[in-house]
Amino acid sequence: MACDSWRSKIEAYADAELSADDMRGMGDHLRACAPCALDLLGSVQLKRAVKTAGTRFQPSLALRHRVEKELEAKSTPAQPWNWMPKKAAAAALVVVALLLFYGWSSSQQAQAFAELTDLHVATLASSTPVDVVSTDRHTVKPWFQGKIPFTFNLPELAGTPFTLEGGRLAYLDQAPGAELIYKIGNHRISVFIFQNRSDRRFPPGDSRSRRLTFNVETWTDDDLRYFVIGDADADTIHKLSELLKTVSRS
Amino acid sequence: MPLFDSLYNFARWLTRNREEAEDLVQETYSKALKGFGSFQPGTNFRAWMFRILRNTFLTSRTGLKGGMTISLDSEEGESIAPATTETPESLLMERCNQQMVQEAIEELPLIFREVVLLCDVEEMSYQEIAETISIPIGTVMSRLARARNALRAGLTKKIHGV
Repeated sequence: MACDSWRSKIEAYADAELSADDMRGMGDHLRACAPCALDLLGSVQLKRAVKTAGTRFQPSLALRHRVEKELEAKSTPAQPWNWMPKKAAAAALVVVALLLFYGWSSSQQAQAFAELTDLHVATLASSTPVDVVSTDRHTVKPWFQGKIPFTFNLPELAGTPFTLEGGRLAYLDQAPGAELIYKIGNHRISVFIFQNRSDRRFPPGDSRSRRLTFNVETWTDDDLRYFVIGDADADTIHKLSELLKTVSRS
Repeated sequence: MPLFDSLYNFARWLTRNREEAEDLVQETYSKALKGFGSFQPGTNFRAWMFRILRNTFLTSRTGLKGGMTISLDSEEGESIAPATTETPESLLMERCNQQMVQEAIEELPLIFREVVLLCDVEEMSYQEIAETISIPIGTVMSRLARARNALRAGLTKKIHGV
């Protein structure tokens, strides 16, 4: 497919609305086409700016009470569900509440993953992708001292197909963390390490998923949350994740 | 009420007025309660609620004045390539602050403002947006592309102080 054809699909790609085949094709194209990669970065930045600027107005507590009161008053007489047994009505309400909460929670998690994907793409598009350039874990790890409020261990990579390229500071929800860049073949993989959070922004436990054709693996260990993200295949992401898990748990 | 904050935020962007937005949200919940029997289980509850809010707004005095009247000629067939500006978009975005983006969103015609907000703030899929504003998915895509191009043009003007 010609570059112009891919270019016309960049916004749909940023919106995660292309077919699986097109998502893969676009991923391949972006690795080879700097102008399109720059366009994608611009589209992603515009989306994030609109998200931030557009989340602007908060309802007052008084309004919330007013609406709740009105709903309460209106739902007592002659409502269609009044014929339902009370237990069934209560169960239905619980189901609706759970559905709403699950939808909200999923959206929060999707947003957290989207922000990490943005960070990864921005790193790859940057002319200075790492702040500390070294293949030596004993150089990269100490560089973070005093810059982030925690420490971590990095695996020995001798005998593995992975190479450490360096690291940089990353921020998620105004909290600093570490981003480590690993290379395998022509693929670059970002490993993000942040302090764990108790809210619903991060999925509980370990998980592996696919976002915008990037493979993502995440887990918690010792109050730290790890994310491994890249366009390499899921097995490769998992192998690097296992190396990191082994050393962090040793 | 997890949707409460989202509906209120959207209502404020539609009405540009606190009191009207509050009335709109209240009326939306009232209508939703009254018409809950018409909600089909298995369909999208969020799109259903936003559709009620939007339809209520469109039939309000402000909504009728607000104008969904921008030319939609050849909306489906329009190219969806991003607008080309002299400044690469990534550089453009680095120069924008939050206030500029808010102003640029506010200045968008209603028909563009709503689609951008539903996609980027509410993170609705094209399908959900289509259900919410009752248009085909192809129209959602082309309208979104036009809206973003208008937003870029607005931001470019603000940065260059035109």
